[in-house]
Amino acid sequence: MKKTKEQARVIRQDCLMEGVYSMWIQTQQIARQAKPGQFLSLFMKDQSSLLPRPISICEAEAKTGWIRIVYRVVGRGTRELSGYGTGDTISVLGPLGNGFPLKPKKALLIGGGIGIPPMLELAKSLHGEKQIVVGYRDQQFLVEDLQAHGAVFIATEDGSCGTKGTVMDAIRENNLDAEIIYACGPTPMLRAVKEYAGQHGIECYLSLEERMACGIGACLACVCQSTEIDGHSQVNNKRICKDGPVFLSTEVEL
Amino acid sequence: MEQLNTSVNLAGVVLKNPVMTASGTFGSGMEYAEYVDLNQLGAVVTKGVSNVPWPGNPTPRIAETYGGMLNAIGLQNPGIDLFCQRDIPFLKQYDTKIIVNVCGRSIEDYVEVVERLGEEDVDLLEINISCPNVKAGGIAFGQDPKLAQKVTREVKAKAKQPVVMKLSPNVTDIAEMAKAVEAGGADAISLINTLTGMKIDVNRRTFALANKTGGLSGPAIKPVAVRMVYQASHAVNIPVIGMGGIQNGEDALEFILAGASAVSIGTANFYQPDATIRTIREIEAYMRKYHVTDINELIGAVR
Repeated sequence: MKKTKEQARVIRQDCLMEGVYSMWIQTQQIARQAKPGQFLSLFMKDQSSLLPRPISICEAEAKTGWIRIVYRVVGRGTRELSGYGTGDTISVLGPLGNGFPLKPKKALLIGGGIGIPPMLELAKSLHGEKQIVVGYRDQQFLVEDLQAHGAVFIATEDGSCGTKGTVMDAIRENNLDAEIIYACGPTPMLRAVKEYAGQHGIECYLSLEERMACGIGACLACVCQSTEIDGHSQVNNKRICKDGPVFLSTEVEL
Repeated sequence: MEQLNTSVNLAGVVLKNPVMTASGTFGSGMEYAEYVDLNQLGAVVTKGVSNVPWPGNPTPRIAETYGGMLNAIGLQNPGIDLFCQRDIPFLKQYDTKIIVNVCGRSIEDYVEVVERLGEEDVDLLEINISCPNVKAGGIAFGQDPKLAQKVTREVKAKAKQPVVMKLSPNVTDIAEMAKAVEAGGADAISLINTLTGMKIDVNRRTFALANKTGGLSGPAIKPVAVRMVYQASHAVNIPVIGMGGIQNGEDALEFILAGASAVSIGTANFYQPDATIRTIREIEAYMRKYHVTDINELIGAVR
């Protein structure tokens, strides 16, 4: 049996804050196979928007087949998505990518902005001690959901909540330490996390993002620079969609 | 049910049907094998391969456009050594024809890869003289009829397999280019490669692609491609492989009726992983509907 796109049904959609939406969809196979850190390719109904939108899995429930995505409206495709309501259908491919390795170590989960959603499924799946650090510009989302699964530390750029500054400032201010770090967020944040992990000798996994076309490793659009020559590409490039999106921090150059 | 003949002949190579993949959109089939039964395809056309590994361009490498996309991958590929070791044996497991797309920065580069492939069990070679995204080679050979003819001649002198020259649409007169490579000894031509384009991100006031320009593909370019396939097929006596925005059977049939002996599906793979298989089924349905027993009756039927 070949893999194929699924027709998922929208269970509900909520606006979490201006431009950020939460959508639950019902899938047949995807939720059962999903691992934290993996993503979905979502296909638009508007045929002028051809390419799938890669969006990370925020929560997945194997029993009900439900999957939650939390995304920001950034263009035509995500605007279309934000207009969907209960009962609408959506074409989905997934789960795609490798996901975070789950290890029983004292963990630091770091999310920045729209990189926060995959931290929720990760927090649910990790059973050891965990501290969750999330960074926002100003308004927050998903904080309560995260608090159900660990201690949450907040950083805001404008200082309106928690530590004023970045996730790194929040880590320092709260003297957090860990044996393993998982992070997803904007590249400057990932760069800082990678450096911090390097300095402290902490095992660290980063979830990267790049413009994608196929989402399955064939087109070579979404590459990142790898430290070593990659066995598949024979150059210092790895495919984010297929080899990632999660990489050991020492594997990649940011 | 009527017995349908969907097989076509490309320079002596018989494909079970005219549907193939477009180079660069399908890797060597490994990733798509999870979604597509490769045994059903007329041929798999591989991603361009060069004499040594190429790192490709910086990211972002793609941008979506209205009904299409721009890409500037820059022909990233693992080089001919790993390709022969890994990709060819992979494809040999399947009952489909193998067409290897060859890229280079100089005539010597092309010839080196072509000679190497002479020892391999592949069916056809497609020479990419039309990539708009690499600085040297690529399109430079595809925009000058004399150079295109010279590349063709030198490749043909060494090639053990029939040679398909892949043409660029970024030329004034496609018929002239088609004739030039035919005169150089090409066994077939394929067209169109992507149209050079540009997208600007107005919010960031930057180019959408790191390479500034990229190749436009997808349904948006289909009418241009059909026109060029029509013109090229009337200019030469060698088979034409048509591509450019094909996403279903109807699109494929447009190209076939315009003069293409085979068609390639490219960008559509990205949004419909089994677009190739669907296209084959839709061509068969069309043949049944119109009682066409042999697809060859349709090739160039609209004059």
